[in-house]
Amino acid sequence: MPEIDMYFQLTDEQRMILDSLRGFMEQEIFPHEAEADRAGQLAPEIGERIKRKALEMGFYAMNLPTSVGGGGLDYTTMGLVERELGKAGWALSGFVTRPTELLLACEGEQVERYLEPCVSGEKHECFALTEPGAGSDILSMKTRAVADGGDYVIDGFKHFISAHTPPDFAIVFAVTGEDRTERGARKRVTAFLVDRDAPGFEFTLGPQCTSQRAYRTYQLSFDGVRVGKGQILGEEGRGLELADKWLKMGRVYVGAQCCGKMERLLDLAAEWATTRKQFGKPIGRFQGTSFKLADMATELQAADLLVMHACRKADAGSMTPQDAAMAKLFATEALGRAADSTVQIYGGMGLMEELPVERLWRDARLERIWDGTSEIQRHIISRTLLREYEAT
Amino acid sequence: MKVLVGIKRVVDYNVRIKVRSDGSGVETDGVKMSVNPFDEIALEEALRMREAGHASEVIVVSVGGDECQQQLRTGLAMGADRAIQVRPEGEVQPLTVARILLAIAQREQPGLVLLGKQAIDDDCNQTGQMLAALWDRPQATFASRLELAGEAARVTREVDAGLETIEVDLPAVVTVDLRLNEPRFVKLPDIMKAKRKPLEVIEFGDLEIAPDPSMAVSHHAPPPPRARGIMVEDTAQLVAELKNRGLL
Repeated sequence: MPEIDMYFQLTDEQRMILDSLRGFMEQEIFPHEAEADRAGQLAPEIGERIKRKALEMGFYAMNLPTSVGGGGLDYTTMGLVERELGKAGWALSGFVTRPTELLLACEGEQVERYLEPCVSGEKHECFALTEPGAGSDILSMKTRAVADGGDYVIDGFKHFISAHTPPDFAIVFAVTGEDRTERGARKRVTAFLVDRDAPGFEFTLGPQCTSQRAYRTYQLSFDGVRVGKGQILGEEGRGLELADKWLKMGRVYVGAQCCGKMERLLDLAAEWATTRKQFGKPIGRFQGTSFKLADMATELQAADLLVMHACRKADAGSMTPQDAAMAKLFATEALGRAADSTVQIYGGMGLMEELPVERLWRDARLERIWDGTSEIQRHIISRTLLREYEAT
Repeated sequence: MKVLVGIKRVVDYNVRIKVRSDGSGVETDGVKMSVNPFDEIALEEALRMREAGHASEVIVVSVGGDECQQQLRTGLAMGADRAIQVRPEGEVQPLTVARILLAIAQREQPGLVLLGKQAIDDDCNQTGQMLAALWDRPQATFASRLELAGEAARVTREVDAGLETIEVDLPAVVTVDLRLNEPRFVKLPDIMKAKRKPLEVIEFGDLEIAPDPSMAVSHHAPPPPRARGIMVEDTAQLVAELKNRGLL
């Protein structure tokens, strides 16, 4: 099977990073996958071990610039890194932590309190945007932060806030007012840095998800949580613009992670197709099987190309929302098809917990939902497309 | 003390080897290439010596076209201080490599030359022994343990009968076996640093070595596919079947 090293011209650095990361994952991550999934959580000491080793290896905060102590990798190299890390679930790969790039908006005292400890592994953040009533339609957000004296008082509820380890603080998005625009009123959303021990801030484990079982989600409730102006991340009222700046890249990385998972599935499927015999020959000799493999390999390469194209444009500063949406849409949906085909090729064994196939199949389903559903990606792509025609 | 480590670019151990259809060699197009795993172990040992204060400098050397700079860079990222590439002319065989390493050893004057016991591509297992003979220095092959003691090295060798420990005077050539150590993963900051470490390129012609035409490869062929096995009922049948095939 062509590895990504072969069909992209990688630099020496990229090749070495991937080689080293693969060895690291073989040793520190893959052996714990099945157990973590069965238990629905990762034993904390294993997470701590992965984190410690990742810090030693310089694999921690690879995505952030060297000026803040990060690895300083460009988007293309990070795309390749995410592709490797994506082969494992977030419960484990999260400990090879890539702190959110939103933290680069930290200013003054925030740098020391939030950004730097996240780079050094002393603190972990979570990204709190989604609410029960505000998923794809983020502006239906109900969490509010009301100015009171020099402070803000936050009330509201967030859910599906995923984190590989209980976070020390949350980046909370809350409505701080309303702007009148040509198209009517529009909510002003502001990002706040809220410490976990802030009075009125409750933090509870959310329901168990069937995808990525060991990667937990949390529910955050805010009951009169008072924060100072100094806790605003970026500018007041500019929270969504801030989030959007980084969420775009997050979508490309989800696509990259899906490519990694597809490579793994293709490997498993091809292995089974050449060893499992029925009617006197390996099932890969039947076109019902081999054509599935052909489609998987083709879609994997197509997804890889879309992801790398977006990454390279991001490095050139010219990536559009559509580039990111297309990469995410195609890669996540191709992963869904690849996972389904792999189960079909394995037959009954594909659904047994003894093999990793059923886990990869379950995990794959989530990718089309988080970081913007497939429908939202199609909306982004078609909206831009139609606007161009409407303008002429 | 300087330690010289040989590095060979080989087809990665995970790759299923395919012979080219015209029999001219094995397929390397679009195939992942790596540092020969035994050479990686040799380099790891050299780095540990330097870290323990027993070695002052670790030099990696490879004989090959510019593509082998990839593997030298990996060696530099693992921690070697500098790299030397010798650009060969024509086919490279163990005796040629041994002569090249001799020339480099005479120039660099290392206290120890560490090599993999063999490369996983041709499995020759000759270069270290040939170098020791040409250099007229002691050799200790198949090392699974290596301790330095002043002007000597105590080496535990994996031999057919078990383990053998010998002491060799330095400078010496030591070829390493699988169990000597477990090579480190390369750290991200070291990968970035490797770019700036010196990599010297030497032309084969400048070393004034005669190429070695004593061996010629006529063609490559894959091994015949394995014949189907049979299940035997008991030991008696097993013995009978082996006798039938003239194997007992």
